[in-house]
Amino acid sequence: MKNLVILGAGTSGTMMVNHMIHKLDKEEWKITIVDQYKTHYYQPGFLFLPFDLYKTKDVKKKGKKYIPKKARYVLQKIDKIIPEKNQVKLEHEYLNYDILIIATGTKIAPEETEGMKEANWQKNIFDFYTYEGAKSLRDKLREFKGGKLVVHITEMPIKCPVAPLEFAFLADSYFINKGMRDKVEITYVTPLEGAFTKPKATAALHHLLEEKGIKEVTDFDIERVDYKNNKIIDYGDREVPYDLLVTVPTNLGDEVIERSGLGDDMNFVPTNKATLQSKANENIFVIGDASNLPASKAGSVAHFEAEILTDNIMRYINNEPLKEEFDGHANCFIETGHGKALLIDFNYTHEPVAGTFPFPGIGPLKLLGESRMNHMGKLAFRWIYWNMLIKGIHIPFVSATMSKKGKKNG
Amino acid sequence: MEKIIANKTIEINEEGYLTDFSQWDKEVGTALAEEKNIEMTDMHWMVIDYLQGKHKNEEALSIRGIKKSGKFNIKEFYKLFPGGPLKISTLIAGIPKPKSCI
Repeated sequence: MKNLVILGAGTSGTMMVNHMIHKLDKEEWKITIVDQYKTHYYQPGFLFLPFDLYKTKDVKKKGKKYIPKKARYVLQKIDKIIPEKNQVKLEHEYLNYDILIIATGTKIAPEETEGMKEANWQKNIFDFYTYEGAKSLRDKLREFKGGKLVVHITEMPIKCPVAPLEFAFLADSYFINKGMRDKVEITYVTPLEGAFTKPKATAALHHLLEEKGIKEVTDFDIERVDYKNNKIIDYGDREVPYDLLVTVPTNLGDEVIERSGLGDDMNFVPTNKATLQSKANENIFVIGDASNLPASKAGSVAHFEAEILTDNIMRYINNEPLKEEFDGHANCFIETGHGKALLIDFNYTHEPVAGTFPFPGIGPLKLLGESRMNHMGKLAFRWIYWNMLIKGIHIPFVSATMSKKGKKNG
Repeated sequence: MEKIIANKTIEINEEGYLTDFSQWDKEVGTALAEEKNIEMTDMHWMVIDYLQGKHKNEEALSIRGIKKSGKFNIKEFYKLFPGGPLKISTLIAGIPKPKSCI
């Protein structure tokens, strides 16, 4: 009996177990998936929770529900991976593997920045990248009477890189709806040179920030949070004062990667960006946020990776050469407030451009332009996530590699 | 596109970065720095040497990586190349701008 072991039952792990269960002969292969947490969170929902746009029950479900019965689901902490022995050491047992899929994700590490996780963490300094953080921030925003709201990114890469922008846009709407927008000064602080890394998207997003009266501070590499005096300070001694700081702390790969000696200096696993095979071990594959791919850390990227990784694992099993298929495809909705959203579709080599998606000319979704249809798409996505995406069901008309059709000057 | 600097013609991209590192020399570096209102000192050159070394080894550059290398003080780095030290120092060093992925 051969063993496929999947570490992590988040978005990526759950997708892979559902893909592979249909591909592997159950007489020959045993699939085991391991996670330390029993709850599966819909992380895109954390953006809406602070603004009372989603309820807590909308963003969490019991993870086991999404794991096929024929796979073995293990709820245990993972201690470390031992590649020389093709073994994984869990808290209470060892697992042997013929093929290992690392899907251990990325999480925030506020303790990496001086002054962030001190006395004022969760008092006037919040994250919205965790369930607890988003919930606490919700309670804080409900009572916020006004002042300086600073939305901040610590360093790149972060998962869901557009989320901080969305947060700023939604905050603008939230306070307008409460009739108190004039009492709140919103500032967006980023280590990047602009709102995005590519020119067309940066221009579109910068325009929106300006339109909504959101100030921008760019090239800001935070050195520390002066939590006693409520300001963030960068290495060049620039200061941005705040009354409420909503920050995306440093994102690191899971500590199990560090314990196993398999990661880079941010605990991401060096991975071939086109085949998804790990660089150090041929029978270890990596999917989702856990890799060091120069692609966005986002569920949509993991979804596209999953389809390609499934094919490559089958090729590996059948001793066929792997195909260098993954093109870094990402597809992201960006909530812009007041019931509208933007959609961007891009990959390793093509920046987000205007156009229509997925059908040229018809859409129905507009690329790099605001529309209500895009917003409906973002909301509908929650249904698609629980009922199609993590079950490994292909989303019609959306290909794993980015299509150039329907794009302007793509 | 072409640029004439320090009595040489070099190839640069739309952001001003050299596209061919073999065209770089210290005079070019000094002249590029001057355009950014930076007067090069030994400290500046030490940083440039370090960055060029990393580039030759095909190692990615980031503020975090520089901090961890312990080669020089980050605050010092910001003082030497004010206003976005990584993007400015790499331009002067004739190496590509570090990619910040999104």
